[in-house]
Amino acid sequence: MGLVLLVVIWLITFVSAFLFFVKPNWWLPHGASTAAAGIDHHFTLSFILMGIVFVAAQVVLGLFAWKYREQASSKAHYTHGNNKLEFAWTVLTAVLFIGLNWASKPLWASERFDAAHAGALQVEVTGMQFQWYFRYAGPDGKFGATKLELVDPSAGGESAVGLDTTDPASKDDVVTGTMYVPVNREVEVILKAHDVIHSFFVPGMRFKQDAVPGLAIHMHFTPIETGDYEIACAELCGMGHYKMHGMLKVVSQEEFDKWLAAREAEKQ
Amino acid sequence: MATGEFAGHLPHAHAAPQGFIRKWVFSLDHKVIGLQYYFLALTAVFVGMLLSLLMRIHLIWPNLSLPLIGEIKPETYLSLLTMHGTIMVFFVLTTAPQGGFGNYFLPIQIGAADMAFPVLNMLSFWVTFLAFVVLVAAFFVTGGAPLHGWTGYPPLSALQSAGTGQGLGADLWVISIALFCLGALMSALNFITTTLDMRAKGMSLMRMPLTCWAWFITAILGLLAFGVLLSAGILLLLDRNAGTSFYVPLVVVNGQVAAHKGGSPLLWQHLFWFFGHPEVYIAILPAMGLCSQLVSVFSRKPIFGYKAMVYAMLSIGILGFMVWGHHMFMSGMSPYTAFAFSVMTMAIGVPSAIKTFNWLGTLWGGKIRFTPPMLFAIGFVSLFVSGGISGPFLAQPVLDIPLHETYFVIAHFHLIMGVASIFGIFAATYYWFPKMFGRMMNERMAQIHFWVSFVGTYAVFMPMHYYGMAAALRRYSQSTEVAYMRDLLPLQQFITAAAIVTIAGQFVFLFNLFWSMKYGKQASDNPWEATTLEWTTATPPPHDNFAGRTPVVYHGPYEYSVPGAPNDFVMQTDPAMEKVSH
Repeated sequence: MGLVLLVVIWLITFVSAFLFFVKPNWWLPHGASTAAAGIDHHFTLSFILMGIVFVAAQVVLGLFAWKYREQASSKAHYTHGNNKLEFAWTVLTAVLFIGLNWASKPLWASERFDAAHAGALQVEVTGMQFQWYFRYAGPDGKFGATKLELVDPSAGGESAVGLDTTDPASKDDVVTGTMYVPVNREVEVILKAHDVIHSFFVPGMRFKQDAVPGLAIHMHFTPIETGDYEIACAELCGMGHYKMHGMLKVVSQEEFDKWLAAREAEKQ
Repeated sequence: MATGEFAGHLPHAHAAPQGFIRKWVFSLDHKVIGLQYYFLALTAVFVGMLLSLLMRIHLIWPNLSLPLIGEIKPETYLSLLTMHGTIMVFFVLTTAPQGGFGNYFLPIQIGAADMAFPVLNMLSFWVTFLAFVVLVAAFFVTGGAPLHGWTGYPPLSALQSAGTGQGLGADLWVISIALFCLGALMSALNFITTTLDMRAKGMSLMRMPLTCWAWFITAILGLLAFGVLLSAGILLLLDRNAGTSFYVPLVVVNGQVAAHKGGSPLLWQHLFWFFGHPEVYIAILPAMGLCSQLVSVFSRKPIFGYKAMVYAMLSIGILGFMVWGHHMFMSGMSPYTAFAFSVMTMAIGVPSAIKTFNWLGTLWGGKIRFTPPMLFAIGFVSLFVSGGISGPFLAQPVLDIPLHETYFVIAHFHLIMGVASIFGIFAATYYWFPKMFGRMMNERMAQIHFWVSFVGTYAVFMPMHYYGMAAALRRYSQSTEVAYMRDLLPLQQFITAAAIVTIAGQFVFLFNLFWSMKYGKQASDNPWEATTLEWTTATPPPHDNFAGRTPVVYHGPYEYSVPGAPNDFVMQTDPAMEKVSH
């Protein structure tokens, strides 16, 4: 039985670890923002360190199960432990875990402690059952007022976010169902939700943040590759949660300007 | 049988009841109440497992029409996952290890005749039972069971109009949780008092089996955590039915402005996870205690680092109350707070690692007997490691950006809090069955059960990590809408196939359990040659546990293979070996 345990535990361990080397498409999705390289690197570092701990612990477990199985000749070693060993592995794991965490602090700081730079493109993202809406301030650079009383989700567009059309600043606001942003420019996301909690998740941008009713949460990311990136809702928001997805289109600055101008023109 | 010396009469004995109702239904006997909790959990686990089977089937055949149930709609899927989580966390992982085995064996292992408050004990079981009935009733009311997940985040959980199942079903869900909290609070008081006041002569705290330490610390966690959840639940009930706005700001649902304003959705998350994270340890600590016990018994060696094990469990208990914010890294909570929670969370990995080292240290140089309980204890260590190493990923907020709410999280907590704890429950069942029912469980069936469960669990949850790393999200009733998730469907199919095999294996256990009650081999009073007090008394134990006498304890619980001793185990009640006590 000890031998079977050894074989099975080792097999499970090696198959699990092997997947790491042979299945690149089961890895984090392709990252196309400035944050991606750092996050992916730290993920890989954690994966390798924890992988070593995993393999070592399972290999030893399997080995001991087989080596110390009861045999006619075997005799158990009478000991109540060893304080030096306890101290050693306490310090070792503390250094490993806390050290790993400390190494991630600058990454977290640049994502969350630091605000977006001046000159970032502001996009207001509003989640509601079961749709994302994106609002651009337009040429005046100012978002018009919104009022929850004016929200009409069935009408879509401006009415869906409750835009107050009597506010002069709202005249040039553009509301869309697809998010367009220019490449290589920081995007400041202003996250809102109207009904329940949603979560704005763009795997390709390594971006995730809950949208909470009553709060306007400011976050930022910088796309560095053009292309289409899927947006998914990552917080259970009701029966349509699974289909609350959208598309982020990262385009060149010229294309973006053209697109925004066209939306403005449609509005007039 | 080495029963050792007994002295004096029990101060706490109450007469054995006669009629069926007082003996088996409204019983004051901790052993009967323990069995009642156990069978409640057994019922619950099969219900919860059936729900997970339906979910797994729906995930790969979304349009399949099932007999009796019909086609599973997206909202039904969400009800299934809500009820699966609630049933498993509360009525299985909290109920079986603590309410079940803790009730049955804590008094016996410390040499007491019963729990400190037998009436309170009976009451806590029946309140828990009522909570289960109320929860299951949610399936049958108009609108069905709630779809807000076991975490019940408002505003979704607070607004009747936010979805089907958010009406009466959600009210029943909250009431069930509140009742469960009441039962758990009463039970926690009882466990704490019993441990502190009812120990036999010589049973100092540092001579208690690690199982007792685990139940004791779990009870303290329960006392501090369930009170908070109870309050949170009452506030949610008020928001839902009395027009208050604790959790709900001004919101528009279905185009209508709801009659709330000024509340904070994050308040619920703080209160819920203040309970929710200690709850993880409430589920796993008893399994840790038990596993320590079994690794020592079946390696025929003293536990490696008894004191380190006790201190590790105490630090897990204390740190467990300082890490709840790691569930909220993406919630809108301050990122500085998030980092502080992150440091504490990484710190809690340290005592968990100490425990793993000590289990390996106990196996090292041992004489291992691969009995069914030992197989599950070794399986527990393996799963605890595998589920544990994904913890440091999720504990780092920066890695939570890609991983939060993905299947990586599902794989992590199912391995460590779910299956590892359940392996603890299985190990406890195989270990104590002979004491509880006077017969041995069938070993061949137990081995089949172990291998299917062990390999099956890995087959289900290892690939699930990769599925989550590829950004596949939890709580999606279909993965067909989002392109990158659609591409990973083969992985989902493999997981479902593995789940079906693993679930089938559990019926071997169920059959063995009932078959062995009637046809199992007769058990002796101490079939495992173990040293703790439950093995000094008759099988099954008499009503007052020690037949009118109270045991006297001379040393710690893990004296195996003591050099010079006649047997390779020295009972705690054996005075001859006092010189080896520590």
